[in-house]
Amino acid sequence: MSDPIKITEKCVFCGMCVKACPFGAITQSEKKTTPVIDLQKCTLCGSCVAACKFDAIWMKEKSTSGIDLSAFKDVWVFAEQHEGVIQSITFELLGEGRKLADSLGMRLCAVLLGSNVQARADELIARGADKVYLVDRPELAYFQDESYANVLIELVKKHKPNVFLCGASTIGRSLVSRVAVPVNAGLTADCTGLAIDPVTKNLLQTRPAFGGNIMATIEAPNSRPQMSTVRHKVMKEAEVNHARKGEVSLETIADVLLQCKAKRLKFVPEVETTTNIAEANIIVAGGRGMQTAEHFGMLRALADVIGAGVGASRAAVDSNWIAYSHQVGQTGKTVCPKIYIAVGISGQIQHLAGMQSSDIIVAINKDPDAPIFKVATYGIVGDLFTILPLLTQEFKKMLGK
Amino acid sequence: MRYVVCIKQVPETTDVKINPETNTLMRDGVVSIINPFDMYAIEEGLRLKAKTGGTVTVLSMGPPQADAALREAIAMGADDGILLSDRAFAGSDTWATSYTLAMAIRKIGNFDLILCGKQASDGDTAQVGPGIAVHLNLPQITYVRKIESIDDKTIVAERLMENGYEVIQSPLPCVLTVVKEINEPRLPSLKGKMAAKKAVIPCWKAADLQCDPKCIGMEGSPTKVVKIFTPPARQGGEMMKGEPSEIVPKLAAKLKDAILGAAH
Repeated sequence: MSDPIKITEKCVFCGMCVKACPFGAITQSEKKTTPVIDLQKCTLCGSCVAACKFDAIWMKEKSTSGIDLSAFKDVWVFAEQHEGVIQSITFELLGEGRKLADSLGMRLCAVLLGSNVQARADELIARGADKVYLVDRPELAYFQDESYANVLIELVKKHKPNVFLCGASTIGRSLVSRVAVPVNAGLTADCTGLAIDPVTKNLLQTRPAFGGNIMATIEAPNSRPQMSTVRHKVMKEAEVNHARKGEVSLETIADVLLQCKAKRLKFVPEVETTTNIAEANIIVAGGRGMQTAEHFGMLRALADVIGAGVGASRAAVDSNWIAYSHQVGQTGKTVCPKIYIAVGISGQIQHLAGMQSSDIIVAINKDPDAPIFKVATYGIVGDLFTILPLLTQEFKKMLGK
Repeated sequence: MRYVVCIKQVPETTDVKINPETNTLMRDGVVSIINPFDMYAIEEGLRLKAKTGGTVTVLSMGPPQADAALREAIAMGADDGILLSDRAFAGSDTWATSYTLAMAIRKIGNFDLILCGKQASDGDTAQVGPGIAVHLNLPQITYVRKIESIDDKTIVAERLMENGYEVIQSPLPCVLTVVKEINEPRLPSLKGKMAAKKAVIPCWKAADLQCDPKCIGMEGSPTKVVKIFTPPARQGGEMMKGEPSEIVPKLAAKLKDAILGAAH
């Protein structure tokens, strides 16, 4: 197989491509020689092709898929529901989806799967949906990977959406990966920014990579729908307007699509959590400095007063002071609350990766050189065992509790 | 029972920076490791093998250097490794990657359980595991924190959700993606290290997998990266100094509006 990219004899050795390559895949051993592309590092992103003023870099054109992209209309949002309750991520998607639909001149549609959820369709319309595709079947009462994916695949094939957004939750990420493959769609995970390219009308999907140290903007120019999962708490929720009108389309689905090989035997809710940290607007998190499992009680006391979820660093989880579901960071959860209060957490890069996009970060630590202070909006150097009870007391007073 | 574990070689640290002058990723001197989540998948494969008997095969798609990751897995106790490396795979996104891995798993054949880490630490997509499952038309259990039972036909596993966990039963074969809570990966043994040194790791190319050329590499990847950039650095803020009894009320006052706002 011939190389998918090469530098031709038009090259004038200017070295611009070497600078343009984001992956360090192009090297020029000395001046006045043709640079060399390391194909193991090259991702065929095309940055060098764009940077070359002499049209000297040839890259294999991706053949267009042959599908008629203009047949794909509307912006879709997957409405995630738990026990019939629409999750807040859905309202965030509707808020963002509205903007995308308006700039594309298309409709905003919500897709709702469940059992006895018909009444919930109005809620989606009030939050901005022009149309709700509703599949209401007892088999869809709760999320199951295969049946939910089968239904979405069927609806996508039938109605051809242009953009399809889904929350980057456990359910969302498990679900849409199964949808994107059979419908040959591009899927971008965990987006924090979405926009429409004014010229190409493609969806520009921006997401963090390398634990948030790098941002990447991704397009799917030759396929539709353009699918993204969107990080929770980044987009603004759509406002409620009960005067809005919309259409509800009750979709019929063949029984065979609702069959699942894997079956949920039961769901066990976590009792320990004050607030689920993925949902929490405020998180109080403890690290190695908490010293014992019992001391996490102090964090819970503070969390109760201000309605926060309790998070933890890897060190605290590895010491069995708190369950893994509370771990924030690279090997735990990525959170994005309005306020993150880090108590006795030094701020290893792996922890920062999971929380540094929080709006306000408060750090309480006895070590003035702890890296957490570099990202903190407010930092207090001191003994957490003195400060925590004072802070809890102060908030109690302030909130009249 | 045949267990197949899919692993990815990633940079050891995610603390990669973009050189502002050249706009390139500064990766020099960064050591490559097995994706941390894949370590749990390898360990779980080894534990299941100890319980049921059988073999553990590790599979990785990547540059020729990814051979080292496979050898490390063999040092931990995996029976064999297979590398998928071909220039034709360059530019693969998660669609093409999951297709290529699925084709390789098909070629391996006769598998009972496929294990993956929940996501890779460089890309963080969590899309390849489910992608493999759907390419092979298999059921999946994602975010697995515990395997409750397994026999030659059925697996029962716990899936970690945001607000609790689900117990899911699936027939085999099936694809699992695992989270950190599931186990603690072992260190390589001396015997394992010897085996890793001697292991012959075949390198399969696109032609070996009977891949559809339209489905691999750039051609098979609907998405493409059009820009990379460094996020605006977070500025360190205000350090509050003084007696706790003085600064704590000040801090509370500063947070008051945000806390009241967050209550909505």
